[in-house]
Amino acid sequence: MEKKPTAPQALATRVLEGDGRASRPERRAAFDNTTPTEPLRGLISKVANHPTRITEDDIAAVKASGLSEDQIFELVVCAAVGQAMRQYQNAIAALAVAIRGERA
Amino acid sequence: MRLKILDSGYTFGTKVLFALIQLASRRPVPDAAKLVFYRPDFYGDPMKKITQEAMRGPSQWSVGDRELMAAFVSKTNECEFCIGAHSATAIGAYHDEARVAAVMSNLETAPIEEQLRATLRMLQKLTREHSVEAADMRALLDAGVTRGQIEDALAVCFAFNTTNRLADAFGFFVPGPEGFESGAKHLLSRGYK
Repeated sequence: MEKKPTAPQALATRVLEGDGRASRPERRAAFDNTTPTEPLRGLISKVANHPTRITEDDIAAVKASGLSEDQIFELVVCAAVGQAMRQYQNAIAALAVAIRGERA
Repeated sequence: MRLKILDSGYTFGTKVLFALIQLASRRPVPDAAKLVFYRPDFYGDPMKKITQEAMRGPSQWSVGDRELMAAFVSKTNECEFCIGAHSATAIGAYHDEARVAAVMSNLETAPIEEQLRATLRMLQKLTREHSVEAADMRALLDAGVTRGQIEDALAVCFAFNTTNRLADAFGFFVPGPEGFESGAKHLLSRGYK
């Protein structure tokens, strides 16, 4: 594979597997938009699908549930990178199919 | 910013850097810059590398084209901060405000190259629907867009589908036109490093 398609993967690997204040399973769940419990689930889902609808109250509710600002920072980053990554991988796969079809 | 750490949780060295930026630009440090300087080993450093490569690295697309893609993806995501920042940067790169305004107002009637239009159309679908089909890519290849150009456009799209979400989640302050112009000058002279 060429260099460019792997650059987003390097970011994903860092935020998921490197050191962090949120646990790796929590970061993975945010990345995959499969966070199990409210109110974090609602915030992560909005980051992935409706980021313009996020409000101060969404962040305040997650803080009140006991997460630190650093944990929220990391989990929101993971959710954003995860959604962008799914879209990117879908498009790269579609391109590969189109190119294979061209050669067939 | 909705997290206090993104306003004040910086090391002494970074605070000094922010003071220097503020002195030189005579403007507050943009929230986009603050985000990538917060605990940069977690997100900012790898993201700056990706964005610099996508926006300023070798490509068959011009810097103006890639800034226009960034603005257009941001428009599709309705991200006010990034629309302003990258429209201003595209205008600066092209030296052509009318071209950028035409694309942002109506992609189908804008007077631009067909390959660029087809690529922006695909980025819009990917951003809006979160997926595209092989037929969408086939149409691009048939229109004469190269595989490398498609990959480069997808790298821009990845960077801004990430950044748009963070701008809205963390509540980036949206400056006026002068603030965006100042930011655009910085992005055109220094890039995303």
